Amino acid sequence: MAERSFKSEVEKLRKGDGELFHGEGILAVTKGLLQSGVAYVGGYQGSPISHLMDVFADANELMQELGVHFEASASEASAAAMLAASVNYPLRGAVAWKSVVGTNVASDALSNIASGGVTGGALVIVGEDYGEGSSIMQERTHAFAMKSQMWLIDPRPNHSLIVDLVERSFELSEASHTPVLFEMRVRGCHQTGTFTARENRSPPLTVGEAAEAPHRDVDRIVLPPANFQHETEKIEHRWPAAVRFIQEHRLNEWFGTDADAEVGIIVQGGLFNTLNRALELIGISDSFGNAKLPVYVLNVTYPLIPDEVQDFCAGKRAVLVIEEGQPEFIEHELNTLIRRADLQTQVLGKAILPRAGEYTGAVLQDGVTRFLAQWAPDLAPASESESPAPLGPADVPARPAGFCTGCPERPIFSAMKLVQRELGQFHVSADIGCHLFSILPPFNIGNTTMGYGLGTAGASAFKPRDKRAIAIMGDGGFWHNGLTSGIGNAVFNKDDNLTIIVDNGYSAATGGQDILSSRAENAVRRTRHPIERAVRGIGVRWVRTLTRTYDVGGMRDMLREALTSKEKGPKVIVAQSECQLNRQRRVRPAMMKAVSAGKRVVRERFGVDPDTCTGDHSCIRLSGCPSLTIKPNPDPLREDPIAHVENSCVGCGVCGEVSHAAVLCPSFYKARIVINPTGWDRIRNRMRTSVIAAWQRWTHQSLARRAF
Amino acid sequence: MAGESLTRQRITIAILALGGEGGGVLAEWIAEVGRQQGYIAQSTSVPGVAQRTGATVYYIELYPEDHASVSGGEPILALMPVPGDVDIVIASELMEVGRAVLRGFVAEDRTTLIGSTHRVYAISEKSAMADGRASGERILDAAKRKARRFVAFDMNEIAEQHGSMISAVMFGALAGSGALSFPQAAFEQAIRAGGRAVASNLAAFEAGARALAGETGRPAEIHHLPAPTTKKGRAFLRRIHESLPEPAHAFAIHAVRRLMDYQDAAYAELYLERLTSVRELDTGEEDWRLTCETARYLALWMSYDDTIRVADLKVRASRFERVREEVRARPQDVLDVIEYMHPRLEEVCETLPAAIGRRILASGTLSSWLRPLFRKGRHVEITSIRWFVILALLSGMRRWRRTTLRYAIEQERILLWLNRIRSAARIDPATAAELVECQQLIKGYGDTFERGMSRFGLIMDVWETIKFEPDAAPTLRRLREAALADEAGTTLDGAIAELRFAS
Repeated sequence: MAERSFKSEVEKLRKGDGELFHGEGILAVTKGLLQSGVAYVGGYQGSPISHLMDVFADANELMQELGVHFEASASEASAAAMLAASVNYPLRGAVAWKSVVGTNVASDALSNIASGGVTGGALVIVGEDYGEGSSIMQERTHAFAMKSQMWLIDPRPNHSLIVDLVERSFELSEASHTPVLFEMRVRGCHQTGTFTARENRSPPLTVGEAAEAPHRDVDRIVLPPANFQHETEKIEHRWPAAVRFIQEHRLNEWFGTDADAEVGIIVQGGLFNTLNRALELIGISDSFGNAKLPVYVLNVTYPLIPDEVQDFCAGKRAVLVIEEGQPEFIEHELNTLIRRADLQTQVLGKAILPRAGEYTGAVLQDGVTRFLAQWAPDLAPASESESPAPLGPADVPARPAGFCTGCPERPIFSAMKLVQRELGQFHVSADIGCHLFSILPPFNIGNTTMGYGLGTAGASAFKPRDKRAIAIMGDGGFWHNGLTSGIGNAVFNKDDNLTIIVDNGYSAATGGQDILSSRAENAVRRTRHPIERAVRGIGVRWVRTLTRTYDVGGMRDMLREALTSKEKGPKVIVAQSECQLNRQRRVRPAMMKAVSAGKRVVRERFGVDPDTCTGDHSCIRLSGCPSLTIKPNPDPLREDPIAHVENSCVGCGVCGEVSHAAVLCPSFYKARIVINPTGWDRIRNRMRTSVIAAWQRWTHQSLARRAF
Repeated sequence: MAGESLTRQRITIAILALGGEGGGVLAEWIAEVGRQQGYIAQSTSVPGVAQRTGATVYYIELYPEDHASVSGGEPILALMPVPGDVDIVIASELMEVGRAVLRGFVAEDRTTLIGSTHRVYAISEKSAMADGRASGERILDAAKRKARRFVAFDMNEIAEQHGSMISAVMFGALAGSGALSFPQAAFEQAIRAGGRAVASNLAAFEAGARALAGETGRPAEIHHLPAPTTKKGRAFLRRIHESLPEPAHAFAIHAVRRLMDYQDAAYAELYLERLTSVRELDTGEEDWRLTCETARYLALWMSYDDTIRVADLKVRASRFERVREEVRARPQDVLDVIEYMHPRLEEVCETLPAAIGRRILASGTLSSWLRPLFRKGRHVEITSIRWFVILALLSGMRRWRRTTLRYAIEQERILLWLNRIRSAARIDPATAAELVECQQLIKGYGDTFERGMSRFGLIMDVWETIKFEPDAAPTLRRLREAALADEAGTTLDGAIAELRFAS
């Protein structure tokens, strides 16, 4: 069960000719695919593409009706390889993933498909995870487009244009026999907007029909001598065909006035809205893009179109290139084109704009202002004096991401902290997934992260003498590649390290999608394949499964055993407990229903006694649950805030277990609240409370006597 | 803003919220109400890692449809807020109000800033070893100065009252602020159209709209001093007034009350004697700091938390009521309470008569034989008769507390500390006050208590070597702060090593 359901929204994908469609960017892309007669769709989740995968999954029924095949691929490599269907057959296919990491994973298959070329249109929708909110290295997909020669679309954030460009991308791909990368930026994925729909089209040829009539063309396979032929084809046929298509169909756009302009701006399509706002604030554009200088919008950022560039730059003293990220591939290419055209136009990009970092509205406002001041002073705004900042960064505490309330991964790291107290610090090779939050406060565990599913491989160089390295792997990463790249590798190379596999039942970090080992019933996928069986199958002998990670003491003991056992060879602990976010989504409505139906329901939560808590916060440093927080000390003699459990507590029990395992303090209590108690509950309760109340009445008098 | 014409038509709204607060739903509601009122509405966000407790920004732009249709069709709307160009900022928490100011979203000539004044503490604030809370005063002050209009109240409290997400209250505050000139019914319609928890959201929305009194934060709570209820209490009060300087009265009153409750009047008497012995050496510097701090920390040390005290606090009727209220158990629900207790052999022996306790702890065979019995933590169901009776009997051991090993140990420590304080006070009361404040390192139970005690001991060792030096006071302060800087004690060790090196 995914984090967000698009079940009701995907109904809108049925809209036909002339109907208005309103929704998020990812729905617009999906609608574009269906209008293009796509035959198959695949991909792998990861921000900002997770929700697009959820849309695909929720639209499965509609796709089946249309004869479109959809699958949730095992990895980006699987998804890219699926595009092989478009090599020999006129099948349009689209796959999606998070870039640049997903593109890294997929690059083997991508190189092959880019070399051999395609018959049917092949589209790779990449969610560019760059700038604010990104959790990955800041790199550019552009480099992949250049090295493999695939065309890169970076659409101006406008739904009608995005839908059109999806359809055009298939045509471009077919006209140039080249796969096309379609780049969606994070905000563009979730931007809401409106466009006029067209009718969905069933694929003219389905994947089933193609499989029934196989066709073979050895020239499309990357083997000598065909591979050398491919390179020539790329340069002599595919590239010119693409340039022709882009130019003829005017995929790039022009805004503003070109009358006698001495300066102009060239911008990546995805940044156009931000640029226009900057121009508005400078006072040289309006809300409709009527700028006082010409703006050339590259909806296709690779390849560039030499004629268009020459036309735009001719007669201008300078152009500003707005290109986010580095290296500045577009700027380099523009300089080459201008040199070849023998123009004297200055190309300014990174000389004026920051070399690194996101191009926000403020950055562009500053950059364009600097550019104008230098090259077109009559357009430049008067400079403003800046008032001093009323707050400094130190005044506002940072909020690093952390584990959710009741997360089953937290106790694993609490236990690791306890083990490290006994045995000293360990080298910890971390992995991609929610568990990576362990590197942040309050746990501060983890030395490196080398990529998804690569936790164990990242520890493989450590051949311990007497201190084993610890690797972390998520269940998502395990099935993505960790089983082979990590566990298989460790068996083969006789590793002696420990791998902890966090088996929470979902690909949790990407929004709770099902995977091979998910315990959930899934009508369209096969689940419930235990990780332990796979690990044993590949040859690990020391494997333990802990079915309740909340047992901090048990986890600590198991870790200690794995780290001190005499047995050689890779050790694997499978730590199982369901992702609490998904569990609550499932359990809470059911519980509320039972309560209102008058059924006996037991709710558990934790609390802290304010008069025994002394405000040391050891419990917070060992657990870090969002619902375990602090509040002012009610004791007039004490100053330090005390620990406090908020109502969002789901009663997972970790704070109690931690205070037990670490011998902390007796302040924690668990409250078990029986709603709609049975007759027996009530009788038992009456007996207990009568004894307790009698004693309390009696001591009350003695307390009053010795009172102040 | 610079250069931009007076025909600016757009309305820009940024929401700063934390994951799980319903910021996305709020953005949808705002876009929906905009659309109903004849605006083209666009919203965007950056989901991802931010949704797990991180801070995130949702951004909405509204553009009047009629203006768009006469001016050029589809307006180009931005996907992120630009400093100086945000009309309305809605922040779900006080530090997020600060973040909005810090990021420049709040402009004096434009921005209506709507913020909740409650706190959701960041992990750095929560995990500090003492008080790591950021200053809310500074944020409120900056918000008042920076915003064209600042609307602030505790939205979380209203959300809790109505069992809704804070987003509904924020939506109400937006409607009530009048920053968007739409009728209230239109806002309500957006909630209905959203179809999520409509009844509770509407109630919280209305409360949020009404709560808009323009106040910026709650007044500080005033602690009323307890009035004596017994003859002994009244006598103590008189004595405090007569023998102690006025600034120390509040602490001394709370302290006497606490120690009478903890042990008895004689114990409170002992406290006052000890306090007076320090007060006599105080010259009244810094508003009687030495006496005030001794009044506070001596009481805390004398009411050390032993097993008797913990049991006593756990079994009280007032505590049972507090738990019931805190976990929101309704009168018809049955409530069981389970304590997480971990008495080790040390704590058990310390509750025994001093001679016996000392003997067991000193004897290797005896303690190694007994220790396994206390290795595991216990789940103590205090609402069961069996466990309640055990804890009630333990709390009754208060009468024999003076015979316990722990009592002997703590009184010895207290006397040693007081002696140091008094001898320091004869030279310089300010240095003595620093010594007093070192007591704040000693807190908690089990491992935490031992860690604090050992650091206290380290600093006292240093004290013995520096006590005649002129800058002993700042050194003590620095060491105390170092002791609270990290859990492993590296900062303190470093500070001590530095001192040795310097001398």
